[in-house]
Amino acid sequence: MLADKDRIFTNLYGFQDWRLPAAQMRGDWDDTRALIGRGQDAIINEVKASGLRGRGGAGFPTGMKWSFMPKESKDGRPSFLVINADESEPGSCKDREIIRHDPHKLVEGALIAGFAMRARAAYIYIRGEYIREAEVLFAAVAEAYAAGLLGKNAAGSGYDFDVFVHRGAGAYICGEETAMIESLEGKKGQPRLKPPFPAGAGLYGCPTTVNNVESIAVVPTILRRGAAWFSSFGRENNKGTKLFQISGHVERPCVVEEEMSIPFRDLIEKHCGGITGGWDNLLAVIPGGSSVPLVPAAEIMDCPMDFDGLKALGSGLGTAAVIVMDKSTDIVRAISRLSYFYKHESCGQCTPCREGTGWMWRVMERLRTGDAEVGEIDMLYEVTKQVEGHTICALGDAAAWPIQGLIKHFRPEIERRISDKTITMQEAAE
Amino acid sequence: MVSVDAQTETEMPTVTVDGTEIEVPDGATVLQACELAGKEIPRFCYHERLSIAGNCRMCLVEVKPGPPKPQASCALPATHGQEIRTDSEMVKKAREGVMEFLLINHPLDCPICDQGGECDLQDQSVAYGRGGSRYHENKRAVTEKYMGPLIKTIMTRCIHCTRCVRFSEEVAGVDEIGALYRGEDMQITTYLEHATKHELSANVIDLCPVGALTSRPYAYEARPWELKKTLGIDVSDAMGSNIRIDVRGREVLRVLPRNNDDVNEEWLSDKARWQVDGLTRRRLDRVWIRRDGKLQPAAWDQAFGMIASAAKGGSVAAMAGDLLDCETMFAARRLVNAAGSQLLESRQTGMSYPAGNLAAVNFNSTFAGIETADAVLIVGSHVRWEAPLLNVRLRKAAKRGAKIFIVGPHWEPTYRAEFLGEDASVLHDLPDHVAAAMQGAARPAIIVGAGGLVAGAHGPALALAHAWNVVRDADGVRWNGFNVLHMAAARMGALMLGFARPRGLAELVQAAPAVLLSLGADEMDYAPFAGSLKVYIGHHGDKGATAADIILPASAYTEKAGTYVSTEGRVQFADKAAFAPGDAREDWTILRALADALGVSIGFDSFDQLRTAMVAEVPALGAEGLIDFGPLPAAESAERAGGPIAYPVKDFYLTNPIARASATMQRCSAELLHGEELAEAAE
Repeated sequence: MLADKDRIFTNLYGFQDWRLPAAQMRGDWDDTRALIGRGQDAIINEVKASGLRGRGGAGFPTGMKWSFMPKESKDGRPSFLVINADESEPGSCKDREIIRHDPHKLVEGALIAGFAMRARAAYIYIRGEYIREAEVLFAAVAEAYAAGLLGKNAAGSGYDFDVFVHRGAGAYICGEETAMIESLEGKKGQPRLKPPFPAGAGLYGCPTTVNNVESIAVVPTILRRGAAWFSSFGRENNKGTKLFQISGHVERPCVVEEEMSIPFRDLIEKHCGGITGGWDNLLAVIPGGSSVPLVPAAEIMDCPMDFDGLKALGSGLGTAAVIVMDKSTDIVRAISRLSYFYKHESCGQCTPCREGTGWMWRVMERLRTGDAEVGEIDMLYEVTKQVEGHTICALGDAAAWPIQGLIKHFRPEIERRISDKTITMQEAAE
Repeated sequence: MVSVDAQTETEMPTVTVDGTEIEVPDGATVLQACELAGKEIPRFCYHERLSIAGNCRMCLVEVKPGPPKPQASCALPATHGQEIRTDSEMVKKAREGVMEFLLINHPLDCPICDQGGECDLQDQSVAYGRGGSRYHENKRAVTEKYMGPLIKTIMTRCIHCTRCVRFSEEVAGVDEIGALYRGEDMQITTYLEHATKHELSANVIDLCPVGALTSRPYAYEARPWELKKTLGIDVSDAMGSNIRIDVRGREVLRVLPRNNDDVNEEWLSDKARWQVDGLTRRRLDRVWIRRDGKLQPAAWDQAFGMIASAAKGGSVAAMAGDLLDCETMFAARRLVNAAGSQLLESRQTGMSYPAGNLAAVNFNSTFAGIETADAVLIVGSHVRWEAPLLNVRLRKAAKRGAKIFIVGPHWEPTYRAEFLGEDASVLHDLPDHVAAAMQGAARPAIIVGAGGLVAGAHGPALALAHAWNVVRDADGVRWNGFNVLHMAAARMGALMLGFARPRGLAELVQAAPAVLLSLGADEMDYAPFAGSLKVYIGHHGDKGATAADIILPASAYTEKAGTYVSTEGRVQFADKAAFAPGDAREDWTILRALADALGVSIGFDSFDQLRTAMVAEVPALGAEGLIDFGPLPAAESAERAGGPIAYPVKDFYLTNPIARASATMQRCSAELLHGEELAEAAE
């Protein structure tokens, strides 16, 4: 269990004030100038050495991502940092806690990360529904400006840096990095084709890096306490601490900072008071937010909660939004509801996702009631395969995976519903 | 991020397509590489002249190195050493999958769809789709949209390729069409369902790969396989757009653009496309003679007799209309000359700019060339209405950073341009930054439009051209930046054939000819010719026919073969697509018969002989392509421009007798240009 002294987010639960003086008491903005004084390459190397992988879901090494940014602008274009606070994945609620209780970690991280990648400014794109959180964030940024921590000669470092907060309008797809850039530019939030990658041509055609809130917010602490400290947690290739968000059928759902690779059982026992009805009552877990495949109880119980451990189970860590489902769950209905979510949130740009998400949801709804034929299960699986990997962004994959997980692990349940329905219909006919 | 370095290693990357190694130009996409290798790549959203959207996902291919999933070939740069497969199982399945998705919500109402027979979705589903559908849910239906009098919408058929959206934004330069909502609820529509008002709007009909946007005037008229397709040249403006005329029986059902990168690219103005329904209305299909102030039907012989007797008493003059082919004008010239006269004119509105040196009245930069100009001064031209396709080129130039200045009343250019004032005299007193921009430009260009010519801007513009040295070597290529933009399709041909008197129309009026041959001249004022026998040889009952004493029915541009010279001096040949109605004849045969009536010889008995004689006199008309008119003449320094500039086109949709007779063009004019006035009147 992560010791209190090793927690990065020391005000995660809002027991203390979020404002600047309180944040400074907790160590934020402590000699930020010296951190920046280390220079860009040293910061990037430190982040690389810490083994920090992106906390937004894909798990791309953060330091390496920053190093793709141009070292100098050959054509006068500025660089930008875009911070993804459009946390809309069902199950995910970590960025919200950071922003409302520890916003200065994010703002300070924005300055340091922005400096490291030689960005002119950072844009924080916050989810439209996060109204109170946006208010806090606006206030925190204003505090930082007032204290001289942002703007010209930010924090006395000699580096000019601005942070802008931009509120989204409630579209899940704007959490995709290139759709977020489009939305920031004032366009319809639709993902762009890659290449060109944002590091080459992103916001307003300038080099841009898009990072998750958590990835940025942990950076100042990593620099203060050292890469070795951060990488002392977790297994190889899965270093550091992580905010886990456990929801569903546990005694005490919570957001908690834990070290990576903690076994699922420990995570639930220590922080959530166990599964409702005991471990025998566990049906399945969606370990990384709605877009990763579910994992049945037997496989997840002792699995280390990290990128590689969950990948080995055919799922993923995602945002570490752990959705626990006990045996009272109508699992087909649960996945069908997720299908509806993706159908609702598909941007409509590219064919497989636009047409496929609706198709998949409609078949899922029939599978839920059993009003289908057994052969349609295989057809649905094929349709998910026709969507997966054929789209511009990953929303198509995200829509396909939960269904694939369901069919893989709960096919007998689906078949049972179909045969029950058939029998009922036959009896009624007689 | 894959092998960016590899690409820069060599100028011409080598890729392997289905086992065949080929070299592709630097910057080519994988799709282009596959096409170079002779492989067909199905596509819906990709279009050569639009930006890459990559959203239909039909062009998926397998590419190594790369992720283990199919890649959209339209958007992927071809890099050195790529292995591309278009025939693998993965690609086949991907295509079948995308095709199936496209069809699940498509209504499959091909039997009642106007796109049937020329539908990309039909063709590609046959070639790349699977046999049947596995979709048993309800299909999506989309409410009808209104896009104006030209575009018929059945949006349930839409496959959301966004070609129409990209055309409007990128080529036309107006944000008229866009997408609403998201996911499977996404709908393509116009802003608040207003009609699309741009004068190139109907090109989205051609771009639409399915039957979502079809042509309203042509709705349910014909199937493509019933149509006889003839290659023609458009006469609605002086661009010489290349068109295909689709005819069933003797009726022209529609006109489509042909590809010509030098002229109209792949586009066509709405007027060129839809004025043709005027070809069946208000036609002159018999001989008429005015007796006691009323036109009465007559026979050819009577008419010829009257003309012959009138001609004995004095001179013969000819005024060429705006839509004429060179052959007609040449025949008229021979006839007038044989009758002992030189009274030939084509500038119906009385313009009298010097036409002795054709380089001074030609669009020398060429349409393709003007795209590369980096500073343009437009004098008295509402380019959007006088040559919509030229405006597309200017927009491209502006997008590349060209500075554009316009002298004349304000109009919406769709690109950034500075209006310098309405009075032509500003040419003698240009603001410093304008002069500096023109002087500093590598490829400066001046465009003088009809409004400028009337305001006497031709000479001063020529003087500026010399002052700014607009004829020069730019990057080793000759650049001639002096341009005159005509509006009449016949104008350059007419000037080449000598249909221009030094003092213009006034000279004809002064000569008071006994016979005035009006060759489809419908824009001129006939009042000064009260003493002449006015013989109208044309095809529509318009202004000229109203004023005429004798009407000889002739052929419209679709009804005769002919040579046309565009305003950039491009000679192009058109074929005959249909027969003229009733007693109407091809123009040259009327003039040939008239020669017999007048008792003169004009030296040809067949169209071929006519053409041979014409080419012998004006050799440039014998070969298709651009004519070199030589160097610019010196400017007459005394000439001064002055007075407010007025654009001659008052109504884009009604600029010629065919368009004025067209119900579609009348509707466009009423709804798109005068819609607000009508709405106000109704209140």
